[in-house]
Amino acid sequence: MTRRHSGAWLGWLFAAPAAVMYAVFVLRPLALTVQYSFYDWNGIGASTWVGLENYTRLFTEPEQFATILHAFELILFFSLVPVLLGLFVAATIRGIAQSRLAMVARTVLFLPQVIPLVAAGIMWSWLLSSTGLANELLSAVGLGRLTRAWLGDFGTALPAVGVIGAWVLVGLCTLLLLAGMSKIDPALYESARLDGAGPVREFFAITLPSLRQEIGVCVTVTIIAALASFDIVYISTQGGPGNSTMVPGLEIFYLAFSEREVGRASALAVVLVILVLACVLPVQRFTRDGSR
Amino acid sequence: MAALACAGLLAATACSAPGSDSDTPDTAGSTGAVATTCGSDPVTLKGYFETGFPLPKQLSDEFTKQFPNVKWEVREDQFAVITQNAPRVLADDPPDLMRLPQVSELVKDSLLKPLDGYAQAYGWDKWPASQLEQMRVNPDGRRGDGPLQAQGLNFSMTGVFYNKKLAAQVGMTQPPATLADLDAVLQKAKEAGLTPIDQFNGGATGGLAFPLQNLMASYGDPAAINDWIFQKPGATIDTPSNLRAAQHLEKWIKAGYFASDINSQDYATMMSRFIGGKALFMFNGDWESGNLDKQMAGNAGFFLMPSQAAGGKQAAMSAPLTYGISAKATHADCAAFFLNWVATDQKARDIAVTVGGSHPMGPSDAYMPAVKEGTVTAATLTAGATIGKDNGAMDFIANATGAIYAKSWTPQLQKLAAGQQTPAALLKSVQKDYESQVKG
Repeated sequence: MTRRHSGAWLGWLFAAPAAVMYAVFVLRPLALTVQYSFYDWNGIGASTWVGLENYTRLFTEPEQFATILHAFELILFFSLVPVLLGLFVAATIRGIAQSRLAMVARTVLFLPQVIPLVAAGIMWSWLLSSTGLANELLSAVGLGRLTRAWLGDFGTALPAVGVIGAWVLVGLCTLLLLAGMSKIDPALYESARLDGAGPVREFFAITLPSLRQEIGVCVTVTIIAALASFDIVYISTQGGPGNSTMVPGLEIFYLAFSEREVGRASALAVVLVILVLACVLPVQRFTRDGSR
Repeated sequence: MAALACAGLLAATACSAPGSDSDTPDTAGSTGAVATTCGSDPVTLKGYFETGFPLPKQLSDEFTKQFPNVKWEVREDQFAVITQNAPRVLADDPPDLMRLPQVSELVKDSLLKPLDGYAQAYGWDKWPASQLEQMRVNPDGRRGDGPLQAQGLNFSMTGVFYNKKLAAQVGMTQPPATLADLDAVLQKAKEAGLTPIDQFNGGATGGLAFPLQNLMASYGDPAAINDWIFQKPGATIDTPSNLRAAQHLEKWIKAGYFASDINSQDYATMMSRFIGGKALFMFNGDWESGNLDKQMAGNAGFFLMPSQAAGGKQAAMSAPLTYGISAKATHADCAAFFLNWVATDQKARDIAVTVGGSHPMGPSDAYMPAVKEGTVTAATLTAGATIGKDNGAMDFIANATGAIYAKSWTPQLQKLAAGQQTPAALLKSVQKDYESQVKG
């Protein structure tokens, strides 16, 4: 009895440094953000209690609400594209697993994960500029009339930012899915082949269901990346042109540090957290059920 | 609800309303006695300067040469970062001397040391009033009059820079005398296959504010624009003459006088294209004069935005390179002594012109360094005299409130450039944001 008791204490002791860090640097800011969201405060002077006003403004001001819609549009690029593409690439790489090409492909695809997002943003803003590689390629194949400043055009800026995100995340998804594939029992494939299944049937009957958990992780990580995006947008467009790429993360930053509306920034941050949880928890549940 | 959140909080967090615990430094007793010297004891001045502009560094080095007991501890950031950091830095890590954005909101929070005591002691109040008015803030938070809250290292002049070679190519032998003349040159440049104007307007920096405000001053009274910038009661940007200016800008956009990709261009891209001879005109300020004299020696020219009628009054955006002293600064007296030295010391005034490219602060009859004929620096300094004579100095419309540039002018001007906004709706929208920001 006493041994068990002291063991529990020891356990807490070991966990203490991490717990304290978590409390001070995660829980405390989180709680403070919730508190600030009920005040009208410029970050320096005295503050006034405004109740839920910061939240109602969030949903009544079309400009702020638009940022949330933009974030959902980004999910398409940050989440859907990388996961689908990742599945395809991983299946292909697995097919040539023994060759040297597979190694090279893996490395090349994972490279964007190693590069800091800021560097990726700068590089892509060069590629997508009016004199950049993207436009030169278009001109070279006779599509010169399509050329434009991709990040400076109202119609293409948000998709262009999405493409940067997809480029960054496709490698992560591929690697995760590839790792998942290596865990699948080869006997399954063999028996499927004996039953006369082709590669497509194999993919849908064996690979895809076995990867349920990995796909869940990919979708979760990428949805969070889309909803909480900041770096890529800040570097490539800063929310422009004309707010067409303004996302919640950037809006929070502008509200807090340029408009000095700490209360409204906090309210948007709280809504963003809730939104992320609302999107991610169902995904978690769906994939967990499948594994048991 | 908040109580609930607080209950869940760790004891470490006090649950009082945010900000209420900040101590307010005494900023009222500014007219008391001040020391007009750095003394002879060793002093280390804490400076917070802007990256990319060598002027403050060169001035501080020269200052240390003349007053060896003063050393510097300098931190540098880009202007956008300084703008975002200013309140927190002034409150928590007070510098003795700091590059400042628009000061009215900093004054509201009592973060700056009022300089009236120094102004009296050093005689700054005898300088031309227009030099300091942008840094005066009255107790209501409006700029233009009231106690002096900051000082300049020099004051800038804006207008139109042009490429002399390209100008000759389209037959422009002298600066346009009227707005109609300028329109004609733009049209000729367009027909000659040149890019008539390159102007940054991408990201969070709506550079079309430069030509727009110049056009506003061509069509209307610069004093009315200043009233709006200084937040005078009842001032509006949505006036008939400003509408005509915005329509004129739209006409330029629709005529294709601007580079087609201005909405993705940042300031640096514009500079490198202009220096590379890719555009005839650029709207900018004399902080680039020194740079252009070096990189386009003899090939860069400058003129003030022409008025409607030949010989009419001209106006330009002109603002001091604002530096202030934190209300909590340790060596405020020495920092003020430095600011006075910058405006009055002969060597410092040389540096202000040759390195900074702009006109030094100080009395109008003060020493002026000789500048080589035909340089951009000479042209911008001469322009400064014209603006002084016409009383045409304006602050920037981007400085009206802390957020008006990033949140209103920039997105609205980007929409205008893309043909997604009308001039009338642009002005209405900016005015609406302005009113809510001034009130808030």
